[in-house]
Amino acid sequence: MLQLKTTPFHERTSALCQPRNWRKWAGYFAAGSYEHTLDREYWAIRNAAALIDVSPLIKYVIKGKDAAALLHRVTTRDIHKMKVGQVVYTGWCDEEGKMIDDGTVTRLEESTFRLTAAEPNLRWLMMNAVGMDVEITEVTDDVAALSFQGPNTCKVLNIVAEKPVDELKYFRMMKNKINGIEVTISRTGYTGDLGYEIWMSAKDALPIWDKLMEVGGDYGIAPVGILAMDVARVEAGLFMLDVDYTSASHAWIEPQKSSPFELGLDWTVALDKPGYFVGRRALEKEKREGSVWKMVGLEVDWVGMEDIFKRVGLPPQIPGMAVRGSLPIMVGNVQVGYASTSTWSPLLKKYIALAHLQKPYFEIGTDVRMEITVEHHRQHAPAKVVKLPFYEPEWKKK
Amino acid sequence: MTSNQYDAIIIGGGHNGLVAGAYLARAGKKVVVLERRHIAGGAAVTEEIFPGYKFTEFSYVVSLLRPEIIRDLELPKHGLKILPLPSTVTPMENGDYLGAWDDHDLTRREIYRHSPKDAEAYDEYARVMARAAKAIKPIINLIPPDPSSMSVRDLMGLLKVGQYAASLSEKELYAVAKLATQSSADLLEEWFEFDALKGTKAASGIIGTFLGPRSPGTAYVLLHHYMGEIDGAFRAWGFAKNGSGGVSGSILNAAKALGVEVRLNASVKQVIVKNGRAVGVALENGDELTSKVVMSAADPKRTFLQFVEGKHFPDDFVTALQNFRTRGSSGKVNIALSELPNFTALPFKDKGHDSALHRGAVSISPSIDYIERAYDDAKYGQISKRPYLDMIFPSMIDPDMAPPGQHVMSCFVQYAPYDLEGGWNDAKRDELGEAVISTIEQYAPNIRKAIVGMQVISPKDIEAIAGITGGNIFHGELLLHQIFFLRPTPQWADFRTPLKGYYFGASGAHPGGGVMGAAGMLAAKEILKDGM
Repeated sequence: MLQLKTTPFHERTSALCQPRNWRKWAGYFAAGSYEHTLDREYWAIRNAAALIDVSPLIKYVIKGKDAAALLHRVTTRDIHKMKVGQVVYTGWCDEEGKMIDDGTVTRLEESTFRLTAAEPNLRWLMMNAVGMDVEITEVTDDVAALSFQGPNTCKVLNIVAEKPVDELKYFRMMKNKINGIEVTISRTGYTGDLGYEIWMSAKDALPIWDKLMEVGGDYGIAPVGILAMDVARVEAGLFMLDVDYTSASHAWIEPQKSSPFELGLDWTVALDKPGYFVGRRALEKEKREGSVWKMVGLEVDWVGMEDIFKRVGLPPQIPGMAVRGSLPIMVGNVQVGYASTSTWSPLLKKYIALAHLQKPYFEIGTDVRMEITVEHHRQHAPAKVVKLPFYEPEWKKK
Repeated sequence: MTSNQYDAIIIGGGHNGLVAGAYLARAGKKVVVLERRHIAGGAAVTEEIFPGYKFTEFSYVVSLLRPEIIRDLELPKHGLKILPLPSTVTPMENGDYLGAWDDHDLTRREIYRHSPKDAEAYDEYARVMARAAKAIKPIINLIPPDPSSMSVRDLMGLLKVGQYAASLSEKELYAVAKLATQSSADLLEEWFEFDALKGTKAASGIIGTFLGPRSPGTAYVLLHHYMGEIDGAFRAWGFAKNGSGGVSGSILNAAKALGVEVRLNASVKQVIVKNGRAVGVALENGDELTSKVVMSAADPKRTFLQFVEGKHFPDDFVTALQNFRTRGSSGKVNIALSELPNFTALPFKDKGHDSALHRGAVSISPSIDYIERAYDDAKYGQISKRPYLDMIFPSMIDPDMAPPGQHVMSCFVQYAPYDLEGGWNDAKRDELGEAVISTIEQYAPNIRKAIVGMQVISPKDIEAIAGITGGNIFHGELLLHQIFFLRPTPQWADFRTPLKGYYFGASGAHPGGGVMGAAGMLAAKEILKDGM
């Protein structure tokens, strides 16, 4: 029988996943949530320790004399500046400077890198590697990955790992051992909280999961699915391929594409880096001329929304989880953009959204209106453009 | 002494005082909050009575903290996290249990296990209660109008309430009227047959009152507690990170960031009155502070009978305040544990890590009769031999409350009457602690050997430590004649007082007790409306 793949943690995750709400993630089963409500999982991210199986991430090992040169060529970051043990977040673009995908690059060794991606990129990497001394291997199935997120994760790792992780800085990676098993631990994540990602050989997955769960019990650990992570990543102002932007390789029409500038990734585009990189000319032009679109944060004005619901005699009704659906953003009677993910923030007690707005409406503080559905009727609730991220605890980078 | 000159002085650094201070400072006023103790927070404090174990000493759940306060004061930025408290489990005397889980279907199936009839009634009951709560909720945010006044403001207020009442269906109005007059036992017996279900529901109708489930008026209190549940995903009902001290701590940080000065160990002796107007306060240490307005966030008795000389108020006002009911009826037992109590009804496997029961509340309320009997003891000045307990395990919700692998437990205990026969003393306090432990022991036999340390708080202690007259957790019982436009007295429920420049914004004011902050916020808004 044809079936989606299961991750190396499936034996554990399937026993714990009470609502059986499996989601499809890059061809794998991923737990939507482990409990019937998301509350505990969300708060494990924000207050304790969340254990998230992120094995379906597509992973490549890029190795060889020209490995750095290849990544320097395809991504927007200055890869030659990266130290061994450093991790960078980056997007990569087509020749027109439009985003194909995004992920992290880890310099495992001088000439060995790990690249994560949301979608398969092997063919495209190969095309760019013509004539280079480099070997690209997809290791998605061989490398299991756990995202371990939340303010207590450092304490737990200090107990389970052979070497303490206190000194591991934000976006740095270290080789370490858990239960005598070799792992790499990077201080990265998709939640905007203190957190780590633990990379291990697929065959070692279960003992590492067990060890973390056992020791984490005293620190409020909870297995967490991708639904709770989706809420946290919006609060952290992090976007998702296919939800918040369309890959330039899949877009049918030009307006579906986004540049890194339009997604607020200015800080990842190293226009000062030496040499050619894919999309350089287009990005330089956009930098000069300014972008027409920009992804920003939106905060819906609760009182204003309450008033709209009050007209039909209801308190505000919004979904208790992140919604991956486009909602029009208006100024007056004109649509000036759209929200691509919206969610109730349990921490901030606010209704927030990642929105794409046209110039000049993307300026911080701009008053706009976002579509809400009130008893089957489309209405527009007042909202304000705010700076991303919505939430950034002091311990995220410290 | 120019540094002792303020726009507003707030007496009392509890959560309402801090909220009021923050709102006034946000409007650009120079504010000082005076707190008697060495820490701010009032009855919303967390203290390490035993090193490493944090007790949320008095209040222990965030019931109805207003979301607009959270947003206006940016409390999440200042550390506020309200963690879910997803379930209530009632262990039964026969070794079984009743669980109310955070999933509706799970709960319905659970009730069905005990009574198919109740499982069906449960849905309808929940709807009726939710509608009644929804009907009453908007009123919480209204300034109570005085129905006997002819002022435009009051009439507008009345009109709003009237309009609201008119928008309710006859059925809803009937339900609200019934809720306002019935006993919780009568109400629940109309709906349910299963004892543990009735007992557990009835329990929420007596919290903080000196009444039993068969006393009329308790159905309203039940509704009051129900209100936290109608906001669904937006609810602010739960356990705050770091306990209730986490709530006041975040408000304190927010207030300070807004420029509020908070003076600790600053006990107020008297409000200074000049030409019929409050113009400042005199502290016990001899300092005098002057201001344009003074707001009290203390309890009504202290506010009106202690801080201000009686001659500044009309006689009937003083009499009304003297008659204001503040009989404390509950105590608190906080326990540091080396391991979780293992309930025989729902035992855990691995150190309790897998235990859903400990992440929510455990209620010792096996039947209405059980609670009424507990009340019988209290009526005649005794500690309940078998009290009603509402227990939570803060370290299971926020692991930072106790050292790793260790736990803390918070037991709300009712009844422990303020006016105990023979008075409160150490022996009586021990008796209260023993009543609690031996009650829990019936359901979780390992409790006694797991105790590392224990703090027993009687209503007298609540009075002595948190400064609440009578030790009533709501600063005054939530009785029908003490709510809404009658709180604290008729005509003076709008946060103003008969003394010009003197305001009142605490749990003893509308809309009442609980870690809600509404009284402080609304009072601050009224102060600003009056100009200063």
